[in-house]
Amino acid sequence: MLTWIALAALIAFSLFTFRSGRERLVRGLDPAQGRPHSRPGYHGAYVALWAFAPAALLLIVAGAFGGRIEAAMLRAEVPAAVAALDPLQQGVFFDDARAQAHGLPLSQTVYEGGLKAALADKAVEARTLEQGMRLGVLALAALMAGGGFALARRRVAHQFRARNRVEGWIAGVLILSSVVAVLTTVGIIASLAWESWRFFQVVSPIHFLFGREWDPQIAMRADQFASEGAFGALPLFAGTFLIMLIAMAVAAPVGLFAAIYLSEYARPLTRSVVKPLLEILAGVPTVVYGFFAALTVGPLFRAGFNALGAQLAGGPLNDLGVYLMQVQNQMALVAGGVMGIMLIPFVCSLSDDIINAVPQHLRDGSLAMGATRSETIKKVVLPAALPGVVAAMLLAVSRAVGETMIVTMAAGLQAKTTLNPLDTVTTVTVQIVTLLTGDQEFDSPKTLSAFGLGLTLFVVTLALNIIALRIVQKYREQYD
Amino acid sequence: MPANRDDTDAHEPAHMHIAVDSAVAHAPTGQIKVRARDVNVFYGEKQALFDVSLDVAERAVTALIGPSGCGKSTFLRCINRMNDTIPGARVDGRIEIDDENVNDKALDPVVLRARVGMVFQKPNPFPKTIFENVAYGPRIHGLTSSKSELEGVVEASLRRAGLWDEVHERLHQSGSSLSGGQQQRLVIARAIAVSPEVILMDEPCSALDPIATAKIEELIDELRRQYCIVIVTHSMAQAARVSQKTAFFHMGRLVEAGPTDEMFTNPRDSRTQDYITGRFG
Repeated sequence: MLTWIALAALIAFSLFTFRSGRERLVRGLDPAQGRPHSRPGYHGAYVALWAFAPAALLLIVAGAFGGRIEAAMLRAEVPAAVAALDPLQQGVFFDDARAQAHGLPLSQTVYEGGLKAALADKAVEARTLEQGMRLGVLALAALMAGGGFALARRRVAHQFRARNRVEGWIAGVLILSSVVAVLTTVGIIASLAWESWRFFQVVSPIHFLFGREWDPQIAMRADQFASEGAFGALPLFAGTFLIMLIAMAVAAPVGLFAAIYLSEYARPLTRSVVKPLLEILAGVPTVVYGFFAALTVGPLFRAGFNALGAQLAGGPLNDLGVYLMQVQNQMALVAGGVMGIMLIPFVCSLSDDIINAVPQHLRDGSLAMGATRSETIKKVVLPAALPGVVAAMLLAVSRAVGETMIVTMAAGLQAKTTLNPLDTVTTVTVQIVTLLTGDQEFDSPKTLSAFGLGLTLFVVTLALNIIALRIVQKYREQYD
Repeated sequence: MPANRDDTDAHEPAHMHIAVDSAVAHAPTGQIKVRARDVNVFYGEKQALFDVSLDVAERAVTALIGPSGCGKSTFLRCINRMNDTIPGARVDGRIEIDDENVNDKALDPVVLRARVGMVFQKPNPFPKTIFENVAYGPRIHGLTSSKSELEGVVEASLRRAGLWDEVHERLHQSGSSLSGGQQQRLVIARAIAVSPEVILMDEPCSALDPIATAKIEELIDELRRQYCIVIVTHSMAQAARVSQKTAFFHMGRLVEAGPTDEMFTNPRDSRTQDYITGRFG
């Protein structure tokens, strides 16, 4: 709360310093010297930045980490009565001391005798600490704001390059933003890698990648940690691959042909209607596709196959008929098919952009040779667009591999190594979801195996994306 | 309608520029290949050409000149119906090639374009090998029945385009690996591979350097022994160098057409005079 008030005051102060810096330049202007290097506004901005930024940084850091510093200082000296407690209870004790100091609700713990006195002592200490820190931070912030203001204001002069300095600040902020984005990504990858490494201490990577049996649930008990038989992820990769294959079998031709129609045949009016419609389809949340698959398509397919099976049973194809009669709601075909529908707008939109990027003069050249429209597309436009289309397909594959919601709802949970589209399969993403939903301990191989799966998934999709982007880049160079 | 004083089916310049001189004797006189009558072109609401009537002679180079946006390229694109590919474009009037109306709805533009080749401003080889670029037309029109025949056509076309010596050792490299001037000659080879009767060129040298330009102009002069060539150009010097007949367009109208040397020495219309002396455009 106080941090916010201080920040507001700081902003008001910076506005004042902006005016002050500007005024200083304007008042000091000497017509004989001609125009100043930078316009007055830049001088104002320069002064305001120095008054604002360091103090604001201090306030934010103190606001974010002040509590922890306070807690650490409070723990510096542990009263004898508390030292007797186990570490967990010590933590509760110190939390309660701070809570009492700040007038917050305490834990249920009942403190008796020496502990009670110690708690009261520590609460007083916590209050003193907190007030001291608060005052210290505020004073320091005020000092920094005032000092920054005074120093910066003194530099305001006719030839001072305030404009370049402000430009530098702006560049700094932009660089900082990109650094935050990059560091976050690096952090995520690092944590993924670290947890996977812990997992691979327990389960050998060779076994994980090539083992044919997946049943992480049996490793729940401590004495089963060594039972490596449970962590062979091959069935998951097979299931992921099968569903990706089905999805691409739907999305690739339909998306590509739709893109060709849109970019080469559709009249502008048609295009202006169809393209936004496709983009709406791309905006449907995947969970909607998920229950569409699970509640509509799945039962429909099952009913269809069961009916077909009933027809075939007893005839020459009796075995097939019996099999079809037992088909479940959950099958790779449903999940893959619906995922394919989800990917159509993605493939179509990307391919459409790529086909449109093929220069018109190539089409004209072909048409002028007496080629028909479809000959031109087949022999000139598509070959020219091929690298880009391949890249679009790879991006679609990487989305299919990483897609979670549809497969969670429609593919099933049984890990099977099969290429039968009517079978229920499970994918890497589905397993990650099932492994990590609900209460989990974070050090059992069962939970850690999710990180192993996540890392594998990450490496595969990253590789696909890099390859796709490389292809697109090469393709761009060809025409620029 | 002003100034379509095209009374010259016959005038071949007696002698004009060095490039042309030697070839004059080969050019037969008199025969008209393309005959345009009252051609109007609309792009949507906007009219781009107004009642253009022009005769284009066989085995000669006709240059279309005029300031930007005057309609010269639009007229060129009428001859092989390339305006069909532009949404909203509409062409009225008669354009005849050998007495056959090009604008007839019953005529398939695909067939027409095999007879009327076109070369564009920007060299546009297909993203294929040099060989495949030239073989493109013969392949889609089924002109050859064997591989060796196709190879013969490709070689003959490349030779005629003056490119064979430069590329015969690398026929299977990409067409885009050639220089701009070579690409443009490749595109010309591609066009003549289907033995067209008319070749349209839309500012074929505007993206090229002077040396490449000189080569293309030499080639045009060579080709006119066999083809009817119509060339749009921004360069009046080029028009004077390569053409026997010149037509001057201004604001969508054909102002004046006649033998090139007469046009450049003694224009009848004051606008032509102003344009070729560089007073506008």
